[in-house]
Amino acid sequence: MTIRTPLTLATVHLDIGLRAALGQAPAEVVEEVARSGIRGRGGAGFRTGLKWRLASEAPAPDGRRHVVCNADEGEPGTFKDRALLSEMPDLVFEGMTIAAWAIGATSGVVYLRGEYVYLRQGLEDCLARRRAGGLLGNDILGMPGFNFDIDIRLGSGAYVCGEETALLESLEGRRGEPRNRFPYPVVRGLDQAPTIVNNVETFAWVPAILARGAAWFVGIGTPGSTGPKLLSVSGDVARPGVYEFPFGVTIHEVLKASGGDDAHAVVAGGACGVCVPASDFTRTISYEEVSTGGAIIVLGPDRDLLDVAENFLEFFVDESCGQCTPCRLGNPVLLEGVRSLKRGECTAVRLRELQQLGRTMQDASKCGLGQTSPNFFLSLVDQFGPEILDRVPV
Amino acid sequence: MLQILPATVAEEGAELVAAIDALVARHGAKRGALLPILQDLLAERGEISHLAMQVVADRLGAAPSEVQGVVTFYSFLGVDRRGRHVIRLCRTLSCVMAGARDVAAALEVELGIPFGGTTPDGAFTLEWANCIGMCSTPPALLADAKALGGVTPAHVREVIRALRAAGVPA
Repeated sequence: MTIRTPLTLATVHLDIGLRAALGQAPAEVVEEVARSGIRGRGGAGFRTGLKWRLASEAPAPDGRRHVVCNADEGEPGTFKDRALLSEMPDLVFEGMTIAAWAIGATSGVVYLRGEYVYLRQGLEDCLARRRAGGLLGNDILGMPGFNFDIDIRLGSGAYVCGEETALLESLEGRRGEPRNRFPYPVVRGLDQAPTIVNNVETFAWVPAILARGAAWFVGIGTPGSTGPKLLSVSGDVARPGVYEFPFGVTIHEVLKASGGDDAHAVVAGGACGVCVPASDFTRTISYEEVSTGGAIIVLGPDRDLLDVAENFLEFFVDESCGQCTPCRLGNPVLLEGVRSLKRGECTAVRLRELQQLGRTMQDASKCGLGQTSPNFFLSLVDQFGPEILDRVPV
Repeated sequence: MLQILPATVAEEGAELVAAIDALVARHGAKRGALLPILQDLLAERGEISHLAMQVVADRLGAAPSEVQGVVTFYSFLGVDRRGRHVIRLCRTLSCVMAGARDVAAALEVELGIPFGGTTPDGAFTLEWANCIGMCSTPPALLADAKALGGVTPAHVREVIRALRAAGVPA
């Protein structure tokens, strides 16, 4: 495992956050998390405190609520959750346990991608230690009636299951096809019960927020993107690996730290992200500017950006669940469009049609996969027009 | 109880039925247990046959077509029999940029099969994988359950030898 910077998470003492949480009413814990401003670290950036509040307030007729950890880290170029699950699983489980106290859940599930099956035993061992230590099970840390335990469930090789409602479908024994909203999972999630689904890294930060206070977290990052963020840096860099930066770090600083000084462009956010040209390396990694769930793939001066677009669209054609038309049929058309651009056979008129198709997919696809699949292609046309258009016959 | 299959077929598949019943006992006779049951069944037997899908459907109270729908949805499941060892090479950006295609060519030559194929002796299946989260040490592959990074064409023979020596994965 290549962790390149000291991690704040490695300085967090275990159990302090959980004990602090149990000293407060559940609603106070929800408000503390909300005050921290933490947003979902899987990429979508939904406010974690709000998600927890909605789930805690949603009616649960039979008293069941669920805490689900999304460990289906499938976004190309992302591997920071693998680092957390390998190196500090206790923090992830402690964060889930705090969440259970906050929303009144009795069961938790980690949905671990099938590609990470080799992490399973270590996670099971960690859970066993926590049960033996009174940190999971009944009357956790001596708190009467606080009962919560965690199961590990494996995925089976489907990127779309990282989408939270597809993940829930998979847990319920079905094809990983995203659900319609409404209702959101916070109202009806796993087995119809109110459910929060949070990313591995989001849970990992929760004990630190409870232990050190929301104000500490707010003091790091930017007003709209609080706290530190783990980034997975790969591609044409001297030192690929997991880096921690405060939100608001410039792309230039990330490249400097990782040895990607001669980068021509970076892919921020993986296959569903955007292509950022060197002229924009002064922009910041944040929800306000360049958003990413963690993936930074660096492209050196010799890379053909259309090869990158082709690789990503092949990925989406393969991983589209096929349920909705814009995604199922749109991605193969975009892929053929990129190939025709490479061959110099795409006319300017055709290019405009492809852009229109991409925008339609963003608007009309059912879930995040289809809505974001044209992002890279569209950003390429916007930001690198001349580089692509010089292959368009006049 | 098995209602779908003729008694003779059920008799021929008695061992399979017993294996499925053991998995149902372990994971629960509920729809939510479908993936763990299928995953374990595949690991134990190397395939999920049509008969197996019907038996599982029967035990969970689902339609066989629904079970088939699940089996065919997930890339790690599927109806086709795989080899005893499965090598999945990542074909996503960071690995391709680092030379995954050269590793792919070496694997095909060494095993004498194309991607998607299984060796005639049933020992190896070669598949593509989408990003396996090993982007900091590309090119990377999954050798059965194990992730290997920094794989070069020169490593391929050693990877295959190690899998052969390991025998059948647990």
